[in-house]
Amino acid sequence: MIIATLNFPEISLPALIILSLSGMMLLIGRDGRWLTLALGFQYVGVFLLVFLSWTLSLAMVKLVAGWMAAILLGVSLVGAPSNTFLEERFSPSGRVFRLLAAFLVGLTMLSLAPRISGWYLGVGIEVIDGSLFLIGLGMLQLGLSTRPVRVILGLLTVLGGFEVLYAALENSILVAGMLALLNLGLAMVGAYLVAVPQIEADK
Amino acid sequence: MTAPILWIVVPAIMGMILYAFRRWYRISVIAGTVIALGLAVLARFTPIGVQVDLGPVSFKLADTLMVLGRRFVLTENDRPLLVIIFLLAAFWFGAAYIARAGRSTVPLGLVVVALLTAALAVEPFLYAALLVEFTVLVCIPILVQPDLELTEIQSLPFRGSLRFLTFQTLGMLFLLLTGWVLTGVETTPGPDIAIRAASLMGFGFAFLLAVFPFHTWIVMLAEEAQPYAGAFVFLIFSWMVFLYGLRFLDRYLWLRDSETLLLFLRLVGVIMILVGGGSALFERHLGRMLGYAVLLDTGYNLLSVTLPEGIPLLFAALLPRATTLGVWALALSLLQARSHGLGFSQVKGLGYGQPLVSTALLLAQLSMAGMPLLAFFPVRLMFWQQMSGQALWVVWFSLLGVAGLFVAAARTLIVLTSQEEDSTIKFQETPQSVFLLGAALSGIVVLGLFPQWFLPAMIKGLQAFENLGP
Repeated sequence: MIIATLNFPEISLPALIILSLSGMMLLIGRDGRWLTLALGFQYVGVFLLVFLSWTLSLAMVKLVAGWMAAILLGVSLVGAPSNTFLEERFSPSGRVFRLLAAFLVGLTMLSLAPRISGWYLGVGIEVIDGSLFLIGLGMLQLGLSTRPVRVILGLLTVLGGFEVLYAALENSILVAGMLALLNLGLAMVGAYLVAVPQIEADK
Repeated sequence: MTAPILWIVVPAIMGMILYAFRRWYRISVIAGTVIALGLAVLARFTPIGVQVDLGPVSFKLADTLMVLGRRFVLTENDRPLLVIIFLLAAFWFGAAYIARAGRSTVPLGLVVVALLTAALAVEPFLYAALLVEFTVLVCIPILVQPDLELTEIQSLPFRGSLRFLTFQTLGMLFLLLTGWVLTGVETTPGPDIAIRAASLMGFGFAFLLAVFPFHTWIVMLAEEAQPYAGAFVFLIFSWMVFLYGLRFLDRYLWLRDSETLLLFLRLVGVIMILVGGGSALFERHLGRMLGYAVLLDTGYNLLSVTLPEGIPLLFAALLPRATTLGVWALALSLLQARSHGLGFSQVKGLGYGQPLVSTALLLAQLSMAGMPLLAFFPVRLMFWQQMSGQALWVVWFSLLGVAGLFVAAARTLIVLTSQEEDSTIKFQETPQSVFLLGAALSGIVVLGLFPQWFLPAMIKGLQAFENLGP
């Protein structure tokens, strides 16, 4: 990927940087507040890339829904008592491993992007890059953990990446609304799974 | 009033209202059952798009509801399918209290049925993928309920439910992309784009239908979730996905005529039957055995689609599937209430204390395997007869799969009747469960003996599909 090939580098380049940093933060972060913050920033990146394909008002739907999802998850995490079921502890070497894995996934996706952009003519390379990078990081998150919160974060990341690509292909308001609802639904499921052990403990 | 409002919005709203009142368990179960039955009766007797005069009152149910530029359409041809869907729901809800399926099962089950109907009605139908995903989200609280007594295995952090959610979400993404690619196939047809569309669709349905190797969520859920609630999800969800897949076949002629698709479905179906039957053969957990049986039946359904007259067979198999799975799940739920687990070591010798429940479990397993005189036998026989004229190798492999299930049933019998200190038979079942099990077992036998009474009515559901009808 050469910076000169990006359309609107003043939008797409910061978006890609935000997605990279937030994605890595979601992989290595442990505290609920940092994870919420990273998820929120990720949706800023998603919004910027979707804005390349949609109008501002429609792209804002993604941002608002994403932030609501992040807040939902964050509130449930902050309110949940500390327990091994929710938390995932990994050593400093575990963090290094995750960062290296993210780097490898990023390289792989960036190398695949030119071929895949041939399938979706008319879609900018920056959209494909951002989309594949998010999908790759999300799949990595899903593969590295079975904790409910991590799985939900992984799914939201994959979904974010898909939405970036799909926004360039389809601009139906109903689909935009349903995908936004889906983000919220996933966050609600995550909050529910965080709350269930607490409900059982209170019985 | 429009038909989509009556059969989509009304059950969804009633489900949400019942969810708020789920604390009154018995009342919410009865109310949910009555609502589902009522909607089935309405579907049977209320015409759509036709003026109906009831004395001084006359009304007409319109067939279309517009939402944000998209349509939800339920026509007169959809009525038999609506009757089937809501009767199925009522049948399942009716036993939810006895089966201790959890307070959320019936209310959220109504919402699931509403979403299923919406997925059938939405135009363009490609948006149904999103509705399928919403159904998955609603299924999670059915599968993970805080008021259910958790066994040791079930207290693990929801691995099955999370795997289910993950695979369905990934499947939905593939199918949404398929929709976009298929638009390209229609405007600029070509082999490359058709292959791409078919590949994306294949991956999407592989995730949704738990095709090997994406099948692990079914087995994990069968182990982890309450059996009756889990079996409801397996039944309704897989049926929903099959109907969604049939819409692709109904719409695209090049798919119906594709020899490659036919061969691919046969290969996949055989693999699923072998994996399901073979794994059930060695399984030592009754819940997981149910999961593998579901995989086996899904394999049979996939193979049915490849037969010239296989799609009516697919519809005909729904009633035996619902009855058999229902009895199996009910029996497991009642066993689990006594044994606090479904592993062989936990249910050992329980046949003496719960002979009727054990009999029901065994008959359900044998029925799923296609034992003569039981519910699945007529459907399996028709399948084997038709398939033997098309591809005999498929018949042999499918028989191998059910042989595995037969052996699994024999192993279950041995475990349930293992000698314990006190091996006198005592009927410890409650009167309500005796009544329910008796009725369900009678249903399994009657379906096996007199399929001609029921199966033609199930095949009428095909009217909803323009190009797939008999």
